[in-house]
Formats: sequence, structure tokens, C-alpha cells
Amino acid sequence: MSVRVYDLAHARAGDKGNTSNISVICYDAKHWDFLERELTPERVLDAFRHIAKGPVKRHPLRNLKAFNFVIENALGGGVTVSLAQDIHGKSLSNVMLAIELPDPK
Amino acid sequence: MASRVTIRVGAGAGTSDDRMLPALELAERGDIDYLVFECLAERTVSRENLSRSKDPNLGYSPSLHARLRMVLPTCIKKGIRIVSNMGAANPLGGARAARKEAADLGLGDVPVAVVLGDDASSIVKHRPELTLIENGEPLESILPKMISANAYLGADVVSEALNTGAPIVLSGRVADPSLFLAPMLHEFGWTYGDLPKIAQGTAAGHLLECTASVTGGCFGWPGRKEVPDLARNGYPFADVRADGSIVIGKTPGSGGRLDVMTCTEQLIYEIHDPTAYITPDCVLDITGIALEPEASDRVRVSGARARPATETYKVNVGYADGYIGEGEVSYGGIDAVARAKWAAEIVRERLRLQGFAYDDFRVDLIGMSSLHDQVEIRPEPYEVRLRMAGRTHDRKAAHAIGFEVRAMHMHGPGGAGGACEPRVRDVLAVKSVLLPKNLVNAQVVVEGTL
Repeated sequence: MSVRVYDLAHARAGDKGNTSNISVICYDAKHWDFLERELTPERVLDAFRHIAKGPVKRHPLRNLKAFNFVIENALGGGVTVSLAQDIHGKSLSNVMLAIELPDPK
Repeated sequence: MASRVTIRVGAGAGTSDDRMLPALELAERGDIDYLVFECLAERTVSRENLSRSKDPNLGYSPSLHARLRMVLPTCIKKGIRIVSNMGAANPLGGARAARKEAADLGLGDVPVAVVLGDDASSIVKHRPELTLIENGEPLESILPKMISANAYLGADVVSEALNTGAPIVLSGRVADPSLFLAPMLHEFGWTYGDLPKIAQGTAAGHLLECTASVTGGCFGWPGRKEVPDLARNGYPFADVRADGSIVIGKTPGSGGRLDVMTCTEQLIYEIHDPTAYITPDCVLDITGIALEPEASDRVRVSGARARPATETYKVNVGYADGYIGEGEVSYGGIDAVARAKWAAEIVRERLRLQGFAYDDFRVDLIGMSSLHDQVEIRPEPYEVRLRMAGRTHDRKAAHAIGFEVRAMHMHGPGGAGGACEPRVRDVLAVKSVLLPKNLVNAQVVVEGTL
């Protein structure tokens, strides 16, 4: 059994230069510790490896039931030069939400 | 100053292409004191600099006319003051255009306070040794191709502009949250020494700067994150008290949704280190912020902290960096994906045979892999749209991509349809440097009679 990040949290992606930041926000604060344990920067980089070179840094935001993942070299050189359709990487939050984690129970 | 207890600062735009009507609804029904239009993306100033080089009267945001025409009668009548960076690369030209709009609307002689000094191109030109933040190389490497260099000014100079009493304040590049913080400095007499208040005001500005992103836009998800009446979503405002307490709300009777979930997404949006969100006004720390529901569609913001501002302004340097060419064509039905892939190979071969080369090249199968790659693991859809794009310094090479993709109608695999016209766009790249604040001369001039 496994859960997706989608089952526990919502997310939004933002861009600055060639860096994407993706928030992961728990629906329920009780899942924060589980995500802190399982949704490691390594696991996130693994899910994004085909899109981003990394590194990935995770900033905890317990006050907001959230984490902020900062993924470098993720946007094809940045919004002004990228050849991608989604130059801002707005859709990348959905790669995060699809990450599968071991069942918390 | 420091006479009022509470002010209401509204958000009227969060990008140059933002929707317009919600700003009018906010002015009409939102009981706001200020309406802030944030209309400059990273590369917008470069683009407007190019407009200005073709016509010295241009260079401000082209949306200025339509936005002001729509809200000015209401704003002037109700005494709502307008703050905006729609001056872009020509704030003085923008001010003249704004005054003409006011006169044409029968509103008479409306003075405009103009913030100048963000244009740092003549300063950085003599400092080729400055380091580009993005790649560590010297500024010298892009100086010959430089189109614009603009410092992100802070709330202090915008507040000075408000002190003139002009109903409209227009600037070029100002940091987004600073546009919203400025009315607070102006009304309450806050200074950069009042760090807890500057922190609260900056957090409020960050929550408002993307308008609908805090009222249910860029948020909804059927069955998971419902947003009622999203088609009529409203724009947000902040109720700010002189003591720095903040409540975020939205236009009464508008659609959309404003709650702790929408505010949390926007609060973290485009932040990297949450203990150090650097603006020209302070270094904001959001790790102590609490967001709490105060009432329906109202969220209280507390606990923002800040350290003093840095000694430097961030300066965006825009430069010309070649062209991006692209083309698209569709395939449907049996073996649609195989035909699209074959077409991509043929186009690549034809570009190669003509001697065209690209700094970067990309093939997307829209419907499978244009957003998240990994075409090899995606299920095959019924139909697929081939998109090919390349970046190059040769305009002909850029155009050839869309030309050859379109030619798939007649010279490619069977059953190609719906190719688009070849597309070519100029690449306006942006990199940034840090410039000591004392080198920048931010100042205010007034167009018209106060």
C-alpha cells in the first residue's frame, strides 16, 4: 500500500530564474511529521530527475503545516529563454502531488 | 500623517495581462483607500524599453490606457488613490498618458506623482565587474547586448510620491510587495526601523501581489479543492491597522474563495529560503507567521518578522539573446504517435540538411510529454500534437522550424492536420546584479499641478 502526496497535501509551483519552488501544504497538520520523514529532498529530486538537475532543498514551515521545496536548474534556463511550453513550470506542482510514499499506517 | 487607524489597500492587477473587471468591482464595492496595479514581469521592462527606442512616447505598460479608463472615474469620485508600476520603462510618458486619459474622461487636470531612478543602465554600464547572480560571470559578458537595467526600488520612494498628495502614483521597476507597503508608510508614518510593522506590511504585500491567487485562482481542483463561482472571482485587499495588524479580504459579493488554504499557497509562492525573503525594504521571515480565519472570506495574518534591509538593490539586466522559433502540427487516430515521431525526425533532418544549428532544441508531443517529459512511460492518446522549438542567434534558422513543421501537411507522414503558422520571437533574457543603494538616485517628480 502507498499514498500519494496528493492524498495528504496541496501544492503550488512558483518560478524565479531557473529555479522552481513548490509548496507542499498538509490538509491536516497531523500528516506533517509523516511527510517530514518520507518526502525527503532526495525522494523529490528522484521524481524530478528527468526535468531538473537539482539540487533540491527542503525548508520546513511547520507554522503553515507546510514545506517549501526549492528545486534548482528546473526550468530549462528560466522563463525568458526556456523552450518549454510551460515556461514558468506552473504545472510542476502536479509532479510533486503524484509522488508515491509508503502507507503512513 | 499617522492620523488614520485603519486603511484598506486593494490589489487591481498582478501581471500586465491580468484581468481588468475585478479591479473595477473592487473599487466600486470594496470600500478601498488604495488600488495597486502590479504590472511588470521580469522581462516586461526590457520589452517596453524596445518600444521606447522605437517611439520615445511609449515604453509604459500598454494596458495603462484600458485600466485607467476603466477605474479612474470611480477612483477619483471616491478618493481612491492609485499606485502602479505601469510606468515600466517610461514612467514620465506613462504619467502624461494617464493625465490625458483623465482629461478625456472629463476628470480635469489630475496630477501624477512619478517615481524615477530605477533605470540603472547608465550606472551599471560603468561597472562591468559586477557579478551576475545567476552564473557568477561578470556583467561584462552581457553588457554589449544589454537593453535595460532596472533596480527594484522600495516602498520608501513610493511613499514619498504618495506624500505629494497626487491621486495617481506611477513608477517603473519597484519590488512587488513594496507597492503595497508604500501606502502603509505614507498613512501611518512607519519607517524602516519599525521592523515588525514593515514585516507585516511586506507579508500583506506578498499575499496581494498576485491578485486572484489568494482568492481561488490557480487553486481549484474538482472534487478536491472546490472554488465556488470561480468565473466571478474577486480581487483581494488588506485591512491594515497602524499597529501592523493585517486582515486579508476580498470584494464583497464576488465569487472565488479566500481562506487559510489559498493564503498559505500564495504566502509560500516564489519564496526560496522562508527565513530570508529579500525585498528592498527588509529581509522577511515567514516561519513565524500564523494565518487564521477571522470571518467568511477573511484571514488574519500575524507573526511576520524581519531583519533590516540589505545595502544593495537587485538590478535586473535585460539583454537580447537570439530567437526562439516554433511550429506545431497534429496527428489523430491509428498510429498517431508513431506518425508524429516520424514527422519530428524528418523535420530535424531537413533542418540539418539546410545547415541550421540551434543552441537548444526541443520536441514535445502535446498530450503526452510537453509538460513533464518522459514520453517513454506515457500511455498513447487518441490524438497528439507535435511541437518543435529551437533557440538560435540566426533568425532564419528560427523561422525554418515552424516552416518545416507546417510543411508536414504536404511533405510528411500521412494525415497531418492543423499546423500553425511558423512562430518566431525575440529572446529577451534577464540576469541580475546587486548594486549598492547609495549609487541609485530614486526620486519623485510631479506631472501636473497639485
